[in-house]
Amino acid sequence: MTKVHVTTSINGDETEFLCEPHDTLLDVLRNDLSLTGTKEGCGSGDCGACSVTLNGRLVCSCLVLGVEAEGAEVGTIEGVGEADNLNVIQEKFLEHAALQCGICTPGLIVSTQALLAENPSPTEEEARYYLAGNLCRCTGYDKIIRAVMDSAETMRGEG
Amino acid sequence: MAVVDYQAPQSIEDAIGILQKTDIKSKVMAGGTDLIIQTKSQTADPVRVVDLKHIDGMMSYTLDDGGMSLGPAMSCAEFTTLDDVKAVYPGLSESAYLIGSTQVQGRASIGGNLCNASPAADTIPALIANGAQCVIEGNNGERVVAVEDFVTGVAQNCMASDELLKQITIPRPAPGSSDAYLRFIPRTEMDIAVAGAGVSVTLDSSGKCTAARVAIGAVAVTALLVREAAEALIGTAVDEQALDAAAAAASAAAKPITDRRGTAEYRTHVVGVLVKRAAKIAAERARGVK
Repeated sequence: MTKVHVTTSINGDETEFLCEPHDTLLDVLRNDLSLTGTKEGCGSGDCGACSVTLNGRLVCSCLVLGVEAEGAEVGTIEGVGEADNLNVIQEKFLEHAALQCGICTPGLIVSTQALLAENPSPTEEEARYYLAGNLCRCTGYDKIIRAVMDSAETMRGEG
Repeated sequence: MAVVDYQAPQSIEDAIGILQKTDIKSKVMAGGTDLIIQTKSQTADPVRVVDLKHIDGMMSYTLDDGGMSLGPAMSCAEFTTLDDVKAVYPGLSESAYLIGSTQVQGRASIGGNLCNASPAADTIPALIANGAQCVIEGNNGERVVAVEDFVTGVAQNCMASDELLKQITIPRPAPGSSDAYLRFIPRTEMDIAVAGAGVSVTLDSSGKCTAARVAIGAVAVTALLVREAAEALIGTAVDEQALDAAAAAASAAAKPITDRRGTAEYRTHVVGVLVKRAAKIAAERARGVK
């Protein structure tokens, strides 16, 4: 099979890769670009562990073909913050202990960032509904929602 | 199936040209939320994916006095943020908002939901209630098919392998009209309809219903337009008695199966309840927009 050459932007950096037509964006991120912050959970769009933004829209990278990234702007967890310079949402997840095993966490943080970009003042119900596609089997969600609501408050300058 | 080729044509003509190739099977892709999962199945049949998202008009819409023309591949996430569309077709907007998660809505489209033709597809009853039409383009030109005739079976539609859905058109509702879509799921979000109901009504200045369309989903192999349910509403003030008659007509038209999401008996009952509630909401909205 002939590999396809793709030019894209990932977290603001122009990036080129070769992929098979059947490779998903998730495959490319993890296996070809070593951006392993994005996790694979179900592989069928149900769990949200692989959440990224594609041209500003929150999507499951397991439901996007790698070739579709041509000319697009992709945002992953690696673009949210750095180890020595965490994003507010990342700090709040730590502060509220909003994770245990951590597999869902990158997806939840990417989704929370998308939520707060669209709606800086979500109600708890709006936050829960928006994040319903991000499954967590450890926390019971309560700590996650506290971290999300606190992030929103802090980002609005009220924290 | 295994994706061995990916094409992103820039025009309808190019797309149809690709669909006419017979070397391997082609599958048309909009958001891909159903198709990409299907390609991950174990069968290794080679398939070419023809991505429609780069074709002019596929991702956009127009809304004017004549109605709406919708690019079938527009994401539900974008569609549900269109306030002008929501004001005219609130039920259709709600149906798109019920599909999957935020992430799935970021890719899934109304055209894809329609072409994929699941019996439980949420947008299909809402489209039928609004009298939506499918503009299909193929090698022999264009043809227009009503949504209720477009879907022909479970995961089957009326298009030939070298045709594609170019546009969805919806007439502008008459003054005093509105719509609603309701579905029942045992959870609060991210589930597949056990039953669904889309209703549109038109009320005159005295509050009498002069026109209605009722469509039900997940209770037959395809979504059904139930004329008897609409007739039960027309000529009434959409009062309790008319709503009960519409519900009974919808339950009588349902031909559901029993599966793990619900028994046939349960679905038959619930679809009537949903028609009643959706008609009530549509009428309340119609009274508000007069």
